[in-house]
Amino acid sequence: MEWMEIISALALLAFIVILFPAARERIKNSPQGTSSDWMGFVIPVIVIALFVTFLVMLV
Amino acid sequence: MNQNYSTVSQRSTSAIATNKVLRNTYLLLSMTLLFSGFTAALSMLMNTPPMTYLISVIGGMVIAMFVLPRFANSPAGIGIVFLITGMLGFGLGPVLSMYASLPNGGNIITLSLGGTGVIFMGLSAYALATKKDFSFLGGFLMVGFLLVLLAALANIFLQIPAMSLMISAVVIMIMSGFILYDTSRIIHGGETNYVLATIGLYMTIFNIFISLLQILGIMSNDD
Repeated sequence: MEWMEIISALALLAFIVILFPAARERIKNSPQGTSSDWMGFVIPVIVIALFVTFLVMLV
Repeated sequence: MNQNYSTVSQRSTSAIATNKVLRNTYLLLSMTLLFSGFTAALSMLMNTPPMTYLISVIGGMVIAMFVLPRFANSPAGIGIVFLITGMLGFGLGPVLSMYASLPNGGNIITLSLGGTGVIFMGLSAYALATKKDFSFLGGFLMVGFLLVLLAALANIFLQIPAMSLMISAVVIMIMSGFILYDTSRIIHGGETNYVLATIGLYMTIFNIFISLLQILGIMSNDD
């Protein structure tokens, strides 16, 4: 294993450890979304997925 | 009557403040993106080694997480944002040089850059036009991001190209969610500091660009 991969792994591990408390806090404090709220998120994400597929076809 | 007038006045003051944060955020974001482009070009001209990317990303993230929040309310915060975005741009130099050396490299870089711009502007326009409150996404996006980091960590050891492709695709979806979440926070007054708002949006753009480069790079080699 190269030293760059070891540093990458250690950095990722550190970010996970640092971000974990913030993530737990955000889950506790996030308001619940209704199904209509979630559709407002899912539809643009599907459009983005189709757009990325289109870019892949262009390359 | 006076109470009604006071409520209307408070609302318009709040709307003006929100517009100011939004305007300052987009202004600073566009300047930092230009600055990143400049440092990336400089890094390419200097022919920096691949480890530059790793050092720049780790350095930039450490400054963004531990130094920037302390100076976010002072003019020094703007300087720190330029330092972080300049570092991240400089780190992109060897990555762009690597893609530019591929047979279809110029096309991959141009499509990634254009694609990132279209995704960011499209999602920002959607959040601004609909004025929807995406605060409910906070927990979901953080959990998703942590899971992606765990998957990326696992893939350093597993080295599976399909998993790398999947991670990049999921990163684009999560970062798209963060664009909606961050923009909606600015619109609804949840984020009043344009320095922090800028760095949040910059990171999403940076991650989408890197992920698109990776996806298009892998798929163009799939002939």
